[in-house]
Amino acid sequence: MRIELTLNGQRVCADMPADATLYELLRAQGMKSVKCGCETTNCGLCTVHLNGRPVLSCSQLAARCAGAEVVTLEGLQDEAQLLAQCLADEGAEQCGFCSPGLVMNVLAMAHELRSPTPEQVDRYLAGNLCRCTGYMSQRRAIAKYLKMREEGAR
Amino acid sequence: MKQVGQGVRKKDAMALLCGKPVYTQDLAPAECLCVKLLRSPHANAMIRQIDASAARRMPGVACVLTHEDAPRSRFTLAGQTYPEPSPYDRLILDRHVRHVGDPVAIVAAESARAAEAALRRIRVQYEVLPAVLDAEQALDHPVLVHPEDDWKALCDVGADNRRNLCAQEVVSQGDVEAELAACDVVVERTYRTQANQQCMMETFRAYSYMDAYGRLNVVSSTQVPFHVRRILANALEMKKSAIRVIKPRIGGGFGAKQTAVCEMYPALVTVRTGRPALLVFTREESMTASSPRHPMTIRVRLGATRAGDIRAMDMYPLSNTGAYGEHGPTTVGLSGHKSLPLYSRANAFRFAYDVVYTNTMSSGAYRGYGATQGLFAMESAINELAHTLGMDPAALRARNMVREGEQMPAYYGETAQSCALDRCLARVQEMIGWADKYPRRVLENGHIRAVGLALAMQGSGISGVDTAAASIRVGDDGTYNLMIGATDMGTGCDTILAQMAADCLDCDVADIAVSGVDTDQSPYDTGSYASSTTYVTGMAVVKACGLLREKIVAAGAQLLGCAAEDAEFDGTCVRCGGETVSLRDVANRSLAAGAQELFASASHGSPVSPPPFMAGAAEVDIDPETGEVRVVDYCAAVDCGTVVNPNLARVQTEGGIAQGIGMALYEDVRMTDRGRMMSNSFMQYKIPTRLDVPSIRVEFEQSYEPTGPFGAKSIGEIVINTPAPAIADAVYNAVGVRVTDLPITPEKVLRGMGRL
Ligand code: FES
Ligand code: FES
Repeated sequence: MRIELTLNGQRVCADMPADATLYELLRAQGMKSVKCGCETTNCGLCTVHLNGRPVLSCSQLAARCAGAEVVTLEGLQDEAQLLAQCLADEGAEQCGFCSPGLVMNVLAMAHELRSPTPEQVDRYLAGNLCRCTGYMSQRRAIAKYLKMREEGAR
Repeated sequence: MKQVGQGVRKKDAMALLCGKPVYTQDLAPAECLCVKLLRSPHANAMIRQIDASAARRMPGVACVLTHEDAPRSRFTLAGQTYPEPSPYDRLILDRHVRHVGDPVAIVAAESARAAEAALRRIRVQYEVLPAVLDAEQALDHPVLVHPEDDWKALCDVGADNRRNLCAQEVVSQGDVEAELAACDVVVERTYRTQANQQCMMETFRAYSYMDAYGRLNVVSSTQVPFHVRRILANALEMKKSAIRVIKPRIGGGFGAKQTAVCEMYPALVTVRTGRPALLVFTREESMTASSPRHPMTIRVRLGATRAGDIRAMDMYPLSNTGAYGEHGPTTVGLSGHKSLPLYSRANAFRFAYDVVYTNTMSSGAYRGYGATQGLFAMESAINELAHTLGMDPAALRARNMVREGEQMPAYYGETAQSCALDRCLARVQEMIGWADKYPRRVLENGHIRAVGLALAMQGSGISGVDTAAASIRVGDDGTYNLMIGATDMGTGCDTILAQMAADCLDCDVADIAVSGVDTDQSPYDTGSYASSTTYVTGMAVVKACGLLREKIVAAGAQLLGCAAEDAEFDGTCVRCGGETVSLRDVANRSLAAGAQELFASASHGSPVSPPPFMAGAAEVDIDPETGEVRVVDYCAAVDCGTVVNPNLARVQTEGGIAQGIGMALYEDVRMTDRGRMMSNSFMQYKIPTRLDVPSIRVEFEQSYEPTGPFGAKSIGEIVINTPAPAIADAVYNAVGVRVTDLPITPEKVLRGMGRL
C-alpha cells in the first residue's frame, strides 16, 4: 500500500506491505541510522520522532503514520552535534549501535524536560538499552550536554 | 604531547554517534536476497525426508537448500588458530539435528516476507530421538550427540565422541590429597554458573556477493575475519584464495562473534545462485542458536591452616559445550588457569576437567572465556574459607594472593612481572568504605546493606599461539596509513593502536589513518579475542613503527647526503648537522623515480600472557521481605599495566561490570525439559537497564608490563569477572544465604532465608 508522510521535512510516498512497521519503512527509505535490536519493543534502538514525540518505530504500523511528521537522526544532524561531541569525549559510544536511538531520545528529553534531575534522566532513558558501556559514561556525557545546552540558552 | 595515556576520542566516534551507515546491514546492496533459516523443533532427530518443492515454487524464492544440497566435510565454527582445538563436528546442514534451533534448510528470496512464506512450505519428516540435555548425565550416556564416523579432533584435547566427551585433562603440582589431609580447615563446595548470552545489540549478520574476479566476498560483523575465511573455505569446500572477508564497524561482540555463527548460510546461497545474499539473525535466533557462555558445575576444595595460609587447591569443572564443540576444550582451561594462580603460594594444586556434549545449543566464547566461571567458584570458595576461619575476606586474600615478581605454578609457571593486585585490593576497600561497611548494616526501612569483594585475573593474548602483524606506510603528504588485522568491535582498538603509532612516530593521532579489516588487504591477525589486541597487536604496531622510523631516517639522510647514523627524525623533519628535510619532502621523493616506498611491516607473538589483575567490591541493598537484591554501588580497582586510553579503558570496565551484574542477578538461559528455549527475547532474558546500574566507580592502579607495548596489558575481559562472586558474598554478608548457583534470584534468597 502507498503511505504518504513527511520524512525529515520532505514529502515521501512509500509503497509498503500493509503489515509493515514504521521501522521497515524508514530503512526502506534509506534511513540507515534507525537500528533494530529486538523484536519485542525492549531495546530502544529504533527510536525516532513521530509528530515531535519519541516512539519505537518497530512498534508503529507504517500505515498508521500516513500524514505524520517523522524525523530520524538523518534529519537532526546539526542539533545532534553537541550531544554527539559530549558522548564522544567520554568514549560513551562503544560499538555505537545503540547510539542513534539514544541520541534521538535524549534530544526529545531535552525538549520535554526542563533541568531534569539525574533520576529523571535515568527514568526517561530507561528503555534505551546499551550492552557495551554500563551507562555510566552516558550519564556523564548527558549531564554535561544538558548543562552546556542550558548555558547556551541563557 | 604524548598520545598514550590520553583519553583521545575514538576515530569513528562522530560517525557512529551521528548514525552514519557503517554497519554490515547498512552497507549491504539493496538487491541482496534475504536469507532465512528453517530450524529444528526437536533436540535430537534425524531428518527422514525433506520436501522443499512447494517452497521452491513460491513467488520470489531464489533457492531452498537442504542437507541434500550442502557440502559434506565437517568443520568447526570456532574462530581459533589452526589447528583448532575445537573438534570438527559440524556441517552447514546436517541430516542429524542436535538441538532445538539447529538449521534444517536455508531459504533465499527477494524479500523477507517471501522467504518466510517459503519456510512455512517446507515439509520435514523427523525421526525424533531421545535427547541428552543434562550435562551431569552426558558422559557415557547411551544417547550420543555425535555418533557419526567422520567426527574428528585435530588436537589432542582428550575428546571422544563415543563418550559424549569434547575434552578432558588433569594437571597438578604437588600432592594435593596429602596437603589437604594436613590442613586445619578444608572447604569443599560445588558452584554452578549458568549459560549467558552476550546480547550484543547488533545480532549476528553477514552478506556475501561474487566480485568482478569471480571470488566470493563476505562482509561480516565478526571479530575474526581471517578465521572466518578459513572456516568458510572448510565449510564450502573451497580454496581460501577464492574467498575474501571484510569487517566493517561492528555493533558489539563480547566473544559471540569469535564464532562464525551466520556467515556460511548467505555464502552458500551466493555460491549456488551467484547472487548477493544477506542474513540478519533476529533477536530470537541470536538467543536460541548462537554461542553463549559455557555453563559449568565446578567443585572446589581449599585447604588452609588455622592462621589462614592456603596450602592446597583442587578444582574440577564439568563444562557443557552443547551440541557442538566450539571453544569447548579451551574455555574450560581458563576456569582453572585464570583463578588458581591468584593464590600461587599454595603448596599444591590440581585442576581436572571434563567437557561434555549435550543436545542444547552450542556454547561459545563470551568475555572472560571460562575465567569468569572459574573465578565465581574460586572467589566464592575463598570467601567461604574466610568465613569458616572467622577472618575478614580481604585479609585472607592479602595474606595469600600473588604479588609482583612471584611465580605462578598454575599459570604455566609464568612469573607475574607486573602486578599491582595488592594496591588494587587496598584501593578498592578504601573506595567502597570496607572498614565501615563490612559486613552489614540494617537501614531504617528494614532493608539490609552489605558489602562483598572478589579478585580477578585474565590473560593478555594466547601465549605461543596468537600472532598479529601490522603495516604502516607514509603517504605523499607526510601522514600515515596504519594497517592492522585486529578487529575493532567498538572497543576502540583502531584508536588506541593509532595512539601508540603516533607516539612511536612523534605525530598526532589525526595523522594516522586506520581502516577496517579486509583479508585481501590487511596484514594477518588472529583477531580480536583472548584480550590480545592491545598487548599483541600493539607490540606489532610498535615494531612496525620502529622499522618505519629507521627507513624515514635513512631516506632523509640520503637526501641530505649524510650517514643515517648521524641523522635523526623528530616527527616532522629529518635533520643532520644543521641541515633538515621535511617528512613531506622525504615522502614525496620516496614516491618517484623508482625510490623505495616508505613502508614497514612487523609481526608479533608472545611467549607469555601477562595477566591483568583487579579487585571489585559490591555494596548491595536487600529487601528481606522480597529477597530482591540491588547493587547500589560497585567499585573496581584495575591493573591493566599502562592505561593507553583512560576514557576507553574506563568504559570497558564499566561495561564489563554491568554485564557481570546481569550475570550475577538476572541473566539465565533457560530451557524446557525438552530443550526448547524459554529465554528467547529481552522479555525473558533481562539484561541490566540503566535503572539497574546506579553507580559503578573505577580506578586504575597501573603497573608496568615489560613485555607489553608502552607497558600495557589487557583490559577487555577481566572486567566481567568480579561481580558474581563479590555480589554473592555481599548477599551472604547481608542475610546469611550462600547462593552457589547463578543467578542470585529473589526466590533463591528467600528460600535460603527460610521464607519460601
Ligand atoms: S527494535 Fe528494540 S525496541 Fe524497537
Ligand atoms: S555502545 Fe554498544 S550497545 Fe551501546
